[in-house]
Parts: sequence; C-alpha cells; structure tokens
Amino acid sequence: MIRHLPAALLALTLSAGAVQAQAPTPSPGRGTVSAEEMEMQRMLQGGRIEGRVSIPDARAASLIQPQGREWREFHNRTLAWVGGVAVLGILGLLLAFFGVKGRIPIPGGASGRTMTRFSLLERANHWMVATCFIILGLTGLNLTFGRHLLLPLLGPEAFTAASLWGKVAHNYLAFPFTLGITVMLLLWAKDNLPERRDIDWLKLGGGFFGKGHPVAGRFNAGQKMVFWITVLGGGLVAASGYVLIFPFTVTDIAGMQLAHMVHGIIAVLMIAAMLAHIYIGSVGMEGAFDAMGSGQVDYNWAKEHHGLWVEEEVEKARQTVLPPGARAAGGD
Amino acid sequence: MARMKFLCDSDRCIECNACVTACKNEHEVPWGINRRRVVTINDGKPGERSISMACMHCTDAPCAAVCPVSCFYTTADAIVLHDKDLCIGCGYCFYACPFGAPQYPKVGNFGGRGKMDKCTYCAGGPQQDNSAVEYVQYGANRIAEGKLPLCAEMCSTKALLAGDGDIIAGIYKERVQRRGYGSGAWGWRTAYKQDLTV
Repeated sequence: MIRHLPAALLALTLSAGAVQAQAPTPSPGRGTVSAEEMEMQRMLQGGRIEGRVSIPDARAASLIQPQGREWREFHNRTLAWVGGVAVLGILGLLLAFFGVKGRIPIPGGASGRTMTRFSLLERANHWMVATCFIILGLTGLNLTFGRHLLLPLLGPEAFTAASLWGKVAHNYLAFPFTLGITVMLLLWAKDNLPERRDIDWLKLGGGFFGKGHPVAGRFNAGQKMVFWITVLGGGLVAASGYVLIFPFTVTDIAGMQLAHMVHGIIAVLMIAAMLAHIYIGSVGMEGAFDAMGSGQVDYNWAKEHHGLWVEEEVEKARQTVLPPGARAAGGD
Repeated sequence: MARMKFLCDSDRCIECNACVTACKNEHEVPWGINRRRVVTINDGKPGERSISMACMHCTDAPCAAVCPVSCFYTTADAIVLHDKDLCIGCGYCFYACPFGAPQYPKVGNFGGRGKMDKCTYCAGGPQQDNSAVEYVQYGANRIAEGKLPLCAEMCSTKALLAGDGDIIAGIYKERVQRRGYGSGAWGWRTAYKQDLTV
C-alpha cells in the first residue's frame, strides 16, 4: 500500500494539471469583482454600486442602492410607529386630561368687557396656516396610513382618486403654508423670545396642574413653544418638502430619501403638537377660542393668562387716549 | 409555476445595448423612460464589466411594500407588476427600489411625475391579456403568448438570461464551471437574498 503511494500522488498531480490545462486561466482582474462580494460590501458600508451609462438619465448609473431597504424600513416601520404613537398618544392624553380636568373656566367668569388680542391680519394669517396645515397633515398621514385604514373602506379606485387629489393639494398648499409661517415669524417672533419668567411658567406647569397661575406677557411659555414648533418645525418641513416637490433637482437619491425622512418625522411630531394646540384653543379652555375667532378676548381671561400683557396694553391705551393736558371727565 | 428571474452574466455582456433597444421597441416605451439599461462599472479600469439591469422582480418587493396605494401585485410566476390606473405617481417606489427600476414619464416638478412605468418582464399588466388597452399602458405581453422577455431573447452573447430562476442559475453555474470564472449574479443577493457562488 505504502509502496503505491508515490505513484498515486503522481497520478493525482497529473490529473490536477490536466484539469488546470483544460480550464482557461482567469485573466488578472477578471475574477476580482465578485457580485456577491460587492453587494455585500456596499450593503455593509451603506454605499451604492455606481457605474457609467450611455443614456442621458444620470440616475440610471446607480446600479444597486441598498439604502432603499433602510428607507423602506423607515417608511413602513419607524414612521408608521412614531406617527401612530405620537398622534394616538396625544389624543389619548388630551382625552384623559379632559376627563380629569374638564374645561378650564375663566376665573371669576366672563367680565363682559373685552380687549383686542389679535388683529385681522394676525387672525387671517393664522387661519390660512391652520387650514393648510390640516389639509397637509391629513393628506400626508394618508400616504402612510391610508393604505391600511382608508383603502379597505373606499376600495382601490376611490382611494386612488382621493390620494391623487390629496397629493395635488399637498403639493400646492405647501406654498400658502410657507408664506403663512413666514408672516407668523415676522408678526410674532419679537413676542416669542424666551424670557426668564418662561422657566417659572413651565415650573408651575402653566397653571394646568398646580395651584396658582404663573404670570405671562403677550405669550406664555406654552404658546412660545407652539410658536417655535410651528415656525422652526414648519420651516424644516417646508424646506424638505420643496426638495421632494422638485425631485432630483438639488440632490440625488440619498438626499431624496433623507429629505423624506426629515419631512415625515417632523411632520408627524408637529401634528401631535398641533392636536394639543387645537385642544387648548377650543374645547380645552373657556374664552381661548375668541382670541383667534373674533380677536376680542374677555378681560378676566386675559388678566389670568397674560397679566403682564394686559398691563402693557392698558398702559399703552392710557397714553394714546389721554393727550397731554387732558383731564378725566368730571375731574374739574 | 416557475419563479421568473433575470440573470446578467457580466463576463459576457459587451455593452451593445441591444436589450435596451429591444425593450424600447417591443413596448413602444416613450422618450425618457428606460425600463432596462446597461451600467458599466470600473469603466476603463481593470475589472471593467457591464451589467444589464431592469426590474429584478424581487422576492418581498420593496416597491410593493412602500406603495401608499398598494398598486403592485405579484403574478403566479413571481413577476412583480403594477396597476397604472391606481398609481398616483408619488415616486416612493423609486426611493425604495435597489435597482432604480421605476421610471416616470414627466419631468416631475410640483410632484407631477405621471404614472410610474417599469419593466413588466414582458407580462403586461392587469388589463385583458394582449388587448390594445394593455399594450398602450404596459406594452407587449409575451408571457401570455408563452414567450420569454425580449431583452434576453435578443441578447447576442446570451449574457442576459431570463426564465425560471433554477434553470437560469443552472445554466450560469455550468458556464462558470466550464470557463473557470464568473463574477456572480448581479443583484441576486439584494433581490432574492440568494448567492450564486459556484
């Protein structure tokens, strides 16, 4: 047996050589680019496999972009969960709050005397933004949740028609919305700058939870938060929205995916914040709606929530009403 | 039923673009839309190769997963098709697709992309097979006629293979064994979570 071993080995080497000779030797560089390897590498590095195309569409040069998978994960999981939890969560909290606290009354009841809180321009602008926001929000939510909630109810044709009109509305209402938040910024930014007393207001829970109402100027810390969420959040949503509305004009596929992610996440968080804003401005608090409704708020309401602002307004009114040298009626 | 796939043997592809042309002609695809394209990677460098790429008709297709109106469906042959009457042209499938397959007929500003168009694996759409309506919307339906996609049929070097996944994988493996090299099946890992190592 052992004597035969060298012969066997020789035969083995010869046959291996024969196989080697039959198969063409791989040319250098030929086998170096393995599809599996490259796809795997790219996936791990989060990169794209790119090349050159002879057609004008530059996007076509991207052969494989594994990030599509991450975007899908974001769209189907992250956004749906964050959006669902944020919107339903805030609705649940508001319902619970209403159940416990009920409608917050005006302390001492309505005085019957009113003062101007928001001018016609301020109110008109607010409602333009609000209308746009509600439609933008609903049509936006439809893109993530409509398929699960509305499609089974409406059927495919009607749901497509609704979504198509929703998409058109979403795209075009972006413009008045952006205009509106710009006007808001110009009108209200100076009254919404953070102050030391905002911290006290927040410490006291805005008077919602503890006893005693913290003092506030024209806007309290809660309203300032709503303002900055609207202006900064709305600004980011608008900016990312314009990237999406003009696809691939300023960025590539990775940028489009990022723009959508920023747009979606900030939008659902804003919807949650605005639900709380809508609640407190309507059913949640007596006298609050008038500020944006007629623009005239009750004196007692204003004194409770914006005492410093009332003092300022009264002071201003005194100065304008009384010209120098004027005397109060019945003063002589 | 077969599990239809595409496989591009990049060691054979000579970047002649006949598949692209055949596709455009067979389906009368409008200007600006490329259901299939040839991408050359490492152009002018060692290891250069060209890959013909279209919709890979993925298992668990990302386009279908993200579509807000659920306009995609999968045929019994595992071909991923969509209903253009339901598509709203939102562009989400393009963001999710690893292969850049979805195409849109319009420039796309103000969100007006038009109905998405992509490779149908020459299998038309939800309309009546080989009807005029189907042809206008989706192009020819060769599958209904018992034929395979024209891009692969026309391929002069038989680099592009179309057909049942097991059969074309078998052909490819045999080639690789014979010639002693092969860079693998581009996109298979991403589309079917499957490697073709020989």
